[in-house]
Amino acid sequence: MTTAAPEPVIQFEDVCLSFGGECVLDGIAFEVRRGDTLVIQGAAASGKTLILKLSLGLLRPTRGRIRLFGEDVTDYTDSQWNDVRARIGVLFQEGGLFDSLTVEENVAYPLLNQKRAPLSEEEVRRRVQESLDFVELGHTLEKYPSELSGGMRRRVGIARAIVTQPELLLYDSPTAGLDPITATTIMALIVKGRDVHHATTVMVTHRHQDGEILDRYRYDAATGRLVPAEPGTTRTRYMVLREGRIVFLGTPAEFDACEDPYVRKFSSR
Amino acid sequence: MLDILKRPVYTFQEFVLLSISALRGVFRKPAYWGDTVIQMDLIGVGSLPVVSLTGFFSGAVMALQMARALQTYGATSQVGKIVAITMVREMGPVLTALMVAGRNSSGMASELGSMKVTEQIDAMRALGTDPVLKLVKPRLIATATVLPLLTILADFLGLVGGWIVACVLLQLTPGAQYWDTAWRAIEYNDIAQGLIKPFCFAIVLSLVGCYYGLQTTGGTQGVGRSTTQAVVVASVWVVILTFIIGRIFTKL
Ligand SMILES: Nc1ncnc2c1ncn2[C@@H]1O[C@H](COP(=O)(O)OP(=O)(O)OP(=O)(O)O)[C@@H](O)[C@H]1O
Ligand SMILES: [Mg+2]
Repeated sequence: MTTAAPEPVIQFEDVCLSFGGECVLDGIAFEVRRGDTLVIQGAAASGKTLILKLSLGLLRPTRGRIRLFGEDVTDYTDSQWNDVRARIGVLFQEGGLFDSLTVEENVAYPLLNQKRAPLSEEEVRRRVQESLDFVELGHTLEKYPSELSGGMRRRVGIARAIVTQPELLLYDSPTAGLDPITATTIMALIVKGRDVHHATTVMVTHRHQDGEILDRYRYDAATGRLVPAEPGTTRTRYMVLREGRIVFLGTPAEFDACEDPYVRKFSSR
Repeated sequence: MLDILKRPVYTFQEFVLLSISALRGVFRKPAYWGDTVIQMDLIGVGSLPVVSLTGFFSGAVMALQMARALQTYGATSQVGKIVAITMVREMGPVLTALMVAGRNSSGMASELGSMKVTEQIDAMRALGTDPVLKLVKPRLIATATVLPLLTILADFLGLVGGWIVACVLLQLTPGAQYWDTAWRAIEYNDIAQGLIKPFCFAIVLSLVGCYYGLQTTGGTQGVGRSTTQAVVVASVWVVILTFIIGRIFTKL
């Protein structure tokens, strides 16, 4: 059906980033199109989180251009960025939940603070409830993040990321430090978040299985479960970083076939 | 040599940048009055006991130490004057500011520091709020409002402390004379100095606390480091500023 390729959502052109003369990202160039899924892997401190922070305008590149939703955002001021950020949902590696606010206030935060048409109080409450129900934590509204388990906090973070129904979702290590069962639940939620709202998804992960779930499954709204997807329909791609450089970028098939020993550490089970 | 200087110069530059955006932020929306009131409660009401105690006892100590000296000159009637001038000009503002530095600059540094290392500051920006407006500005306004008030309280309790020692304990001078000399001694100049000081201290205390909080790196250890630095730097600045402001006023 689709003839022309969908328009790019994120474009990095030769992006470099250095802190005090030390280069931590070098020559990063990639593109994520609408509806694509990008899985970023790489050793610790290889720059995965930095790529997400650059995509949110939390850091500015030392060199190169960044385009989001077709706009060149490289030189945007913070207030211009806020318009762009309102279209992005994000789950931070450390969670980034405000621990002075309740779960309900946390999830409502983007609705109340991001630039958009003001919502009525009931509408906010409804969206928050809906989003928390989505991650199956609808009963924790009054709790504080410190009263939740790590996995529950991660799920609240996901609820906060998707509450605005953003076009682009960024997840930083959503399964890190969780047991396999909880990790699979979280991944199912991410797949669901992607397929229900057709969001473009970028995920940083340490686990090979996470990428596979995003690639091979889709959410079936009728049964409410994950079902195997037709190969290639999820348009998943893998990126592998090493010391601030992209050493691999390609499709799952290319990823599995890649002979590079560093890349194989991430692709082989 | 240059390398040793680089770090403090960089820190100072960053601090000035934060100060400029925070002071500008005071006039920018959104106001976050709710957060400001919470901070006022935390800083103002929370510091009441410690500020009252230090105020009271510094006045008492002043009277006690001055008693001997004044007796040798036979000028014990002047004890109220001495306590009043030192309390209002110097002891009240400085001791109150040092107490608030210990309680609140450190509190701000550790609170904002833990928010920084758990990515709450990043999350705040990503979710459309400016951390300077949401976090720094309420603390700045709250401290600038509350510290002068705390200082007035400390000054007054210092006078009471002096009165108890001078008139009740040592019976150097009748109570009426004590209050009379104290009251006459204070000039407009002293009151101006005694209120401008806490106002300036407040700006420095809150901005230093917030600055060290916001620049925290290196996990929970980093939070501890920022907290210590904030208290040390804030306290040192209080002592330096009181000299500078005092100098300006003696020239007037
Ligand atoms: N604010 C900063 N100042 C200086 N260096 C930084 C800063 N943020 C990150 N770095 C450095 O950049 C490099 C990449 O960091 P990044 O957080 O992207 O790693 P990562 O790939 O996400 O690692 P992990 O898997 O452990 O989360 C690290 O060496 C880190 O020390
Ligand atoms: Mg990371």
